[in-house]
Amino acid sequence: MPEPILELIDVKTHFPINTGFLFKRQVGTVKAVDGVSLRVERGEVLGLVGESGCGKSTLARTILQLLPTTAGKVLLSGHSLGDSTARELIERRRDLQMVFQDPYASLNPRMTVFATLSEPLLTHGICSGKEVTQHVADLMERVGLASRFMQKYPHEFSGGQRQRIAIARALALQPKVIVADEPVSALDVSIQAQILNLLAKLVRDMGLSLIFIAHDLSVVKHISDRVAVMYLGKIVELGSASDVIDRPQHPYTRALVSAIPTPNPDIERSRKRIVLPGDPPSPINPPSGCTFHPRCPHAIAACRSEVPRLKPFDGREVSCLRAGEFS
Amino acid sequence: MPLLSVKDLRTYFHTRNGVYRAVDGVSFSLERGETLGIVGESGSGKSVTCYSIMGLIPQPPGRIESGSAVFDGTDLLRCPPEVSRSIRGKRIAMIFQDPMTSLNPYLRISEQLIEPLRIHEPISRKAALDRALLMLDAVGINDAAKRIHYYPHEFSGGMRQRVMIAMALITQPELLIADEPTTALDVTVQAQILELIKRLQKEFHMAVIFITHDLGVVSGLCDRVQVMYGGKIVETASTRSLFYEPRHPYTRALQQSIPSLQQKGGDLFTIPGMPPDLSKPTPGCSFAPRCLHATDACFVQPVELKTCASDHSQSCRRVQNGEI
Repeated sequence: MPEPILELIDVKTHFPINTGFLFKRQVGTVKAVDGVSLRVERGEVLGLVGESGCGKSTLARTILQLLPTTAGKVLLSGHSLGDSTARELIERRRDLQMVFQDPYASLNPRMTVFATLSEPLLTHGICSGKEVTQHVADLMERVGLASRFMQKYPHEFSGGQRQRIAIARALALQPKVIVADEPVSALDVSIQAQILNLLAKLVRDMGLSLIFIAHDLSVVKHISDRVAVMYLGKIVELGSASDVIDRPQHPYTRALVSAIPTPNPDIERSRKRIVLPGDPPSPINPPSGCTFHPRCPHAIAACRSEVPRLKPFDGREVSCLRAGEFS
Repeated sequence: MPLLSVKDLRTYFHTRNGVYRAVDGVSFSLERGETLGIVGESGSGKSVTCYSIMGLIPQPPGRIESGSAVFDGTDLLRCPPEVSRSIRGKRIAMIFQDPMTSLNPYLRISEQLIEPLRIHEPISRKAALDRALLMLDAVGINDAAKRIHYYPHEFSGGMRQRVMIAMALITQPELLIADEPTTALDVTVQAQILELIKRLQKEFHMAVIFITHDLGVVSGLCDRVQVMYGGKIVETASTRSLFYEPRHPYTRALQQSIPSLQQKGGDLFTIPGMPPDLSKPTPGCSFAPRCLHATDACFVQPVELKTCASDHSQSCRRVQNGEI
């Protein structure tokens, strides 16, 4: 098996809950990411889906080491990021970049496009001062922005254009892996499609690996090779995009897929929808056993006590005790 | 007679940077018990249309330049304030996108739930609370007797939206306007809320105007759909007709750009360019600059909605002429 470009081994990110002002003491832990193992190959797009609060954004930040890992390892080209010194981390992060959800918040309103895009180039010594303008112009062309807008500020652009600037910034250092955290959620449908096409093209042309985080399954299915479904800090199903979304196995994935409204009145009115009761539980006091059991229509007594592990099943991995027992 | 009939509504915003024609000549009507979907991208005027009907446009900078909105014989835009007050909030109710910012964080939900009842009906506090409890049960909040005394922050997003719905329906309105009620919610919770709205609509026999940008949501819920672009209605039809025989190039493009309808691996269909600048009105079709079928005449000749089949109207000049 070729060495994956990015590997996560049992990664955990926990946040302590403290009370008290002078004498702080810990009263609990939020287990935002609780034991995630993943491999991302070169040139692969991995989709990560889940509802709000399931830990997908925390996982993204942990991969980038914007949040420290509580346990486990993040390996980039075989090097552990958590064990790197600060200096090594700066070097290694060149290969690992992020695009955030809200392009209104992730760009500095007081920096022109040129300033935003030239900063990483100069900091990392990618090019000399003379070549910077040319480099920035190339970057802008690559993401479909005219280079004459170089001296404009973020507020002069629309949402879609700002997301293009954010993508150009992530591309500046020619990374090997880009983590995109809900890059199209804040955009209108017609603009969404433009940004998705751009990301797909960049992956094809530059041999990038992409971790694409979203809550919209149809978007994820379109762009991803493989899909991981998260629930309460854990991956519950992992496999090829067509397997997971067209023939889901885990009860949670099934409910998630059946909840997507389809833009086709006849199908939409005739199909049976699995409506899950209740809300996702709090990661402070997760339910025992399988964390999905209180909402699961197929739960049995064993689900309450036994913690399921990801196991190979029908060409993908599923963490459900009863995988295969229902069709 | 239709329950609500809106004619030639124009709502403009007068700002320092010019006049924004947010809603520019919108007409539609709605029967009792009917569900109408209004679909459009941000800035298309779908929310402003409904805010105008509800009298929620901040004036200034907004101004309703012309038009009428006749609800059961009363023009909401021209009647005396006390008359419109007796209709809005009682016979027409509205729910909003973000249930956190539309509930008062300082008040227990019991106070907020009974407020519309106490204003519109001669009812004792005790009786109002009983009605509120029944309503909370109806929207699926368990243990309502205890939870009615909670503050909004003690509920999750989906539960807050249920509280909002209970508050809107407590006066048993004839028309419910829902402005993207599920956009801020997760898909599994969205499914719960859509089922709930469908069920309550049948129970109370209400008309519903459902504003959304998601064609998928509309397809299962609405009887009729109208598509808005640049402050105008570009196409309106029965749901089936709109989804299976879209005529206007914008509706077609909007449908084609939905990822789930497209083949995986290929490029997604995109609409080139950007939404129109509403402060610079064009004499012709506002979609012309982004339209693949536009001719020179599209940019200059005014467009209007014309019926093209039974219960199906659209505003593209070239489709009307039979050119595409």
